[in-house]
Amino acid sequence: MKLLEVTDLAVQFATQDGTVYAVNGLNFALDKGQTLGIVGESGSGKSQTVLALMGLLARNGKASGQALFQGRNLLTLPASELNQIRGNRMAMIFQDPMTSLNPYLTVERQMTEVLQFHKGQDRGTARAASVRMLDAVRIPEAAKRIAMYPHEFSGGMRQRVMIAMALLCEPEVLVADEPTTALDVTVQAQMLTLLRDLQRDFGTAIVLITHDLGVVAGLCDQVVVMYGGRVMEQGSAQELFKTATHPYTLGLLKAVPRMDRDDESLLAIPGAPPNMAHLPKGCPFSPRCSLADGQCHTELAALQPIAGAAQHLRACHRDSAIVSRELAHG
Amino acid sequence: MDKQQTPILSVRDVKVAFRFKDDKDWPWSAPRTLKAVNGISFDLHAGETLGVVGESGCGKSTLARALLNLNPANAGSIQWMGQEMRGASPSAWMAVRKDIQMIFQDPLASLDPRMTVAQTIAEPLRTHYPQMSNDEVMEKVRAMMGRVGLTPQQINRYPHEFSGGQCQRIGIARALILSPKLIVCDEPVSALDVSIQAQIINLLKELQKELGLALIFIAHDLAVVRHISHRIMVMYLGRAMEFAEKNALYNDPRHPYTQALLSAIPIPDPELERGKMIQLLQGDLPSPMNPPSGCVFRTRCPKAQDQCAQTVPELHTSGAGSQVACLLA
Repeated sequence: MKLLEVTDLAVQFATQDGTVYAVNGLNFALDKGQTLGIVGESGSGKSQTVLALMGLLARNGKASGQALFQGRNLLTLPASELNQIRGNRMAMIFQDPMTSLNPYLTVERQMTEVLQFHKGQDRGTARAASVRMLDAVRIPEAAKRIAMYPHEFSGGMRQRVMIAMALLCEPEVLVADEPTTALDVTVQAQMLTLLRDLQRDFGTAIVLITHDLGVVAGLCDQVVVMYGGRVMEQGSAQELFKTATHPYTLGLLKAVPRMDRDDESLLAIPGAPPNMAHLPKGCPFSPRCSLADGQCHTELAALQPIAGAAQHLRACHRDSAIVSRELAHG
Repeated sequence: MDKQQTPILSVRDVKVAFRFKDDKDWPWSAPRTLKAVNGISFDLHAGETLGVVGESGCGKSTLARALLNLNPANAGSIQWMGQEMRGASPSAWMAVRKDIQMIFQDPLASLDPRMTVAQTIAEPLRTHYPQMSNDEVMEKVRAMMGRVGLTPQQINRYPHEFSGGQCQRIGIARALILSPKLIVCDEPVSALDVSIQAQIINLLKELQKELGLALIFIAHDLAVVRHISHRIMVMYLGRAMEFAEKNALYNDPRHPYTQALLSAIPIPDPELERGKMIQLLQGDLPSPMNPPSGCVFRTRCPKAQDQCAQTVPELHTSGAGSQVACLLA
């Protein structure tokens, strides 16, 4: 049995503009010690996917499908049972380390609370465990620092506190929503090394949400590329970066300025990300796709394995060979 | 770049310090000083792009604002076309601001939500050319909107009706409408999605080629800066660590901080990314209130030695076309 198995996950929001389909038909499975990357631009539905898994959707949101964590469906569990899993067996790191810690409580109070609640430990034991975890994420003078308030830490340190807090109960799955976006590059490199080491030591499975393809390349085993609430392409990181076959994935890879190359001009994707309340009828990417034809504008493409690679899925009407030829060197 | 040509902007040893009182201070204690920019010098020629990179808190935005007198420099000299601007009168600045414009980081926050696109883009014209007729103003606004990729139908819309990328285009149109000679771009793409980021960078490059603009491009993303700049300055805690031609900087970084910065940027290719050596910096940026003695980078520098704590390194030539502030390089 897989550790986390998500089948046909969909998230909908009831808004004044009508129903917004934020996530549609998402499937993935995650084993112990593996990392899954979910990549996409703002509004692609990547954050809503994990919020649905953690039972943290906004009140007007509804998740359907199945998300089995060790055989239990997270989407239908009552809050009391979900609370035994989230924060304990499944933990989450949020994007903004500034706003996801409580400014009124010391770090000690916020960390020991987790252990007292989930493990029933007394304050002293919980404190010792918290200090050990702060040490593990390399916060200097952890025993002294733990008594401080969040504002006394720098951004990188706060993100480390968040990571330490998420790891306190040694969760099987760690969900990280843009964990390094708010950080400087040198601090980002520290965080990614830390996540890699922790994964090696604890065997944690990680779901990593990011818009940075470089971060994905360094950390992920599998990658899901989302656009307009749908999966555009999905496969192993090796394959996806080497032989991307979806026009959107190729566009993303070409739009990122790269340190190891000095290209004269970046290949921009024309247009803007779609308004989720008024998605185009066919493929959500069709208005911005240079290869789109009649069928793309009227009909959704199904997510199908590409020939010769059963694990590599793509949702595109155009033949992968044509797409690669047209876009790879264009 | 023609070296004989006189620079349009010449900056020498500029310092910006902020004085303030801490909550813990007594009412009668002397105010503390934070040296945000501490002795920066450079020349900028017409049509050239200078990239300024560094992590948050290194003083790159303060430097940009000092160039436009949005926060005045306390020391040094800022010469625009040979005219000394530090301490110049507001009317002298008014005349110069026709030539120096700025693009801000947050595209939505830098536009007035109660002004239409036309009003926003026309405002610099109405300020600097009050005698210009309304027809002429609107004609210029329409032409400029077309130039930055906005459609004429959008002319009466408000900022909230646009996406982030479009708002940044409005910001660029507003900066360009006076046909300036220099645009200071303070993190113009960091708030945008990757695909939109590329659109804006390409637009800035095209406009520069077409209009012979000089750009000062401030960013924390070294990959973005590489694409747009001719020369690059790397800043750390208010000081220049390295100042070099683009290729010299990326192919042969001399300063340990530049080397660490470059190695920390993830490459979107699993084989390269997993195979490469990352030079991890320890710890965090020291407080600018209380910077380390000697070289400001020494507390995180993997190569730091005793002499680094005593002597403040000056920028000196090292290698081909690089200037480095490091005692060991």
